[in-house]
Amino acid sequence: MNAWIAIGLTAVGCYAVKLAGLLVPAGAMERPFVRRLAALLPVALLAALTAQQTFADGHALVLDARAAGLGAAAVVVLLRAPFLLVVGAAVVVTAGVRALGG
Amino acid sequence: MTADDTGDADAPTDTDIVVKPCRAVVRDALGVGVAVGLSGFAFGVTSAGSGLGLLQTCALSLLVFTGASQFALVGALAAGGGPFTAAAGAFFLGVRNAFYGLRLSQLLALPRAVRPFAAQWVIDETTAVTLSQPDRRARRIGFTVTGLSLYVLWNLTTLLGALGAKAIGDTRAWGLDAAGPAVFLALLAPMLKTTTERAVAGLAILLGLGLLPVLPAGVPVLVAALAAPIALVTGPKEDR
Repeated sequence: MNAWIAIGLTAVGCYAVKLAGLLVPAGAMERPFVRRLAALLPVALLAALTAQQTFADGHALVLDARAAGLGAAAVVVLLRAPFLLVVGAAVVVTAGVRALGG
Repeated sequence: MTADDTGDADAPTDTDIVVKPCRAVVRDALGVGVAVGLSGFAFGVTSAGSGLGLLQTCALSLLVFTGASQFALVGALAAGGGPFTAAAGAFFLGVRNAFYGLRLSQLLALPRAVRPFAAQWVIDETTAVTLSQPDRRARRIGFTVTGLSLYVLWNLTTLLGALGAKAIGDTRAWGLDAAGPAVFLALLAPMLKTTTERAVAGLAILLGLGLLPVLPAGVPVLVAALAAPIALVTGPKEDR
């Protein structure tokens, strides 16, 4: 049930902000501070999420095969490879390191 | 993503005299739509591996349809986060789409009646393709083809991923728990253009990891989001 509540809230919220962007008059969101904040908010969230989902195990911080996978993904990102290759590199290297007992 | 050109987007310039062929726009759009659409498979697997049911997983791709928020939500639920904290993190990630929509409504000039339907497709990838087109006609084609191909494929591969997760059993053994953070990294990398963005990312990582052991699941990410306003208030003046 909790999952359905979370899904419902996210679906309504995410659709509402998408629609708001298309409907709201341009002036309302054109203030420089608001624009900069909107650009930086995903940077903060994505950075925190990347780090957590790489190093977190419940409430503990761990260094396991995922770190190697994300390292590989970072190299692929620096090579400007397509999105799918970045995800593929992370998955393959993580699986490989686990298979080797890492 | 930046949308810095503030002039009249449709004013003819020397480079616009040669109209971009329709096929070239469709090729650009399909390239993005297919590549990213296929990664719905990773979402389906991750979501099923996080304990969500088939219906819940498919509902997320159909109704939320913004990848980072979807991965964030299932990650937060899997980590034991409450529904409200989990949804809040996913929602804040989705707020950027409002600013894409603002830009797109100027570039596409959609009739008001079409906007509620177009809204679901206002995401990173459709914005990127639309912004890179030279004129309104090409932008409308780019937006529609990217949106349609990505929506169809993303939902199809989500279903396949969720079904496949059961067949392959332990998703961790296949390294699929690394797919979520890799998606975040791939979205984050092009945003790290200036010192301010890198400082925000660094501070957010410190807050997100540092608070993880002491705060309830899902909350550290919300606190890490404060790195953005902190950097704006304390950073160089031209960023305000």
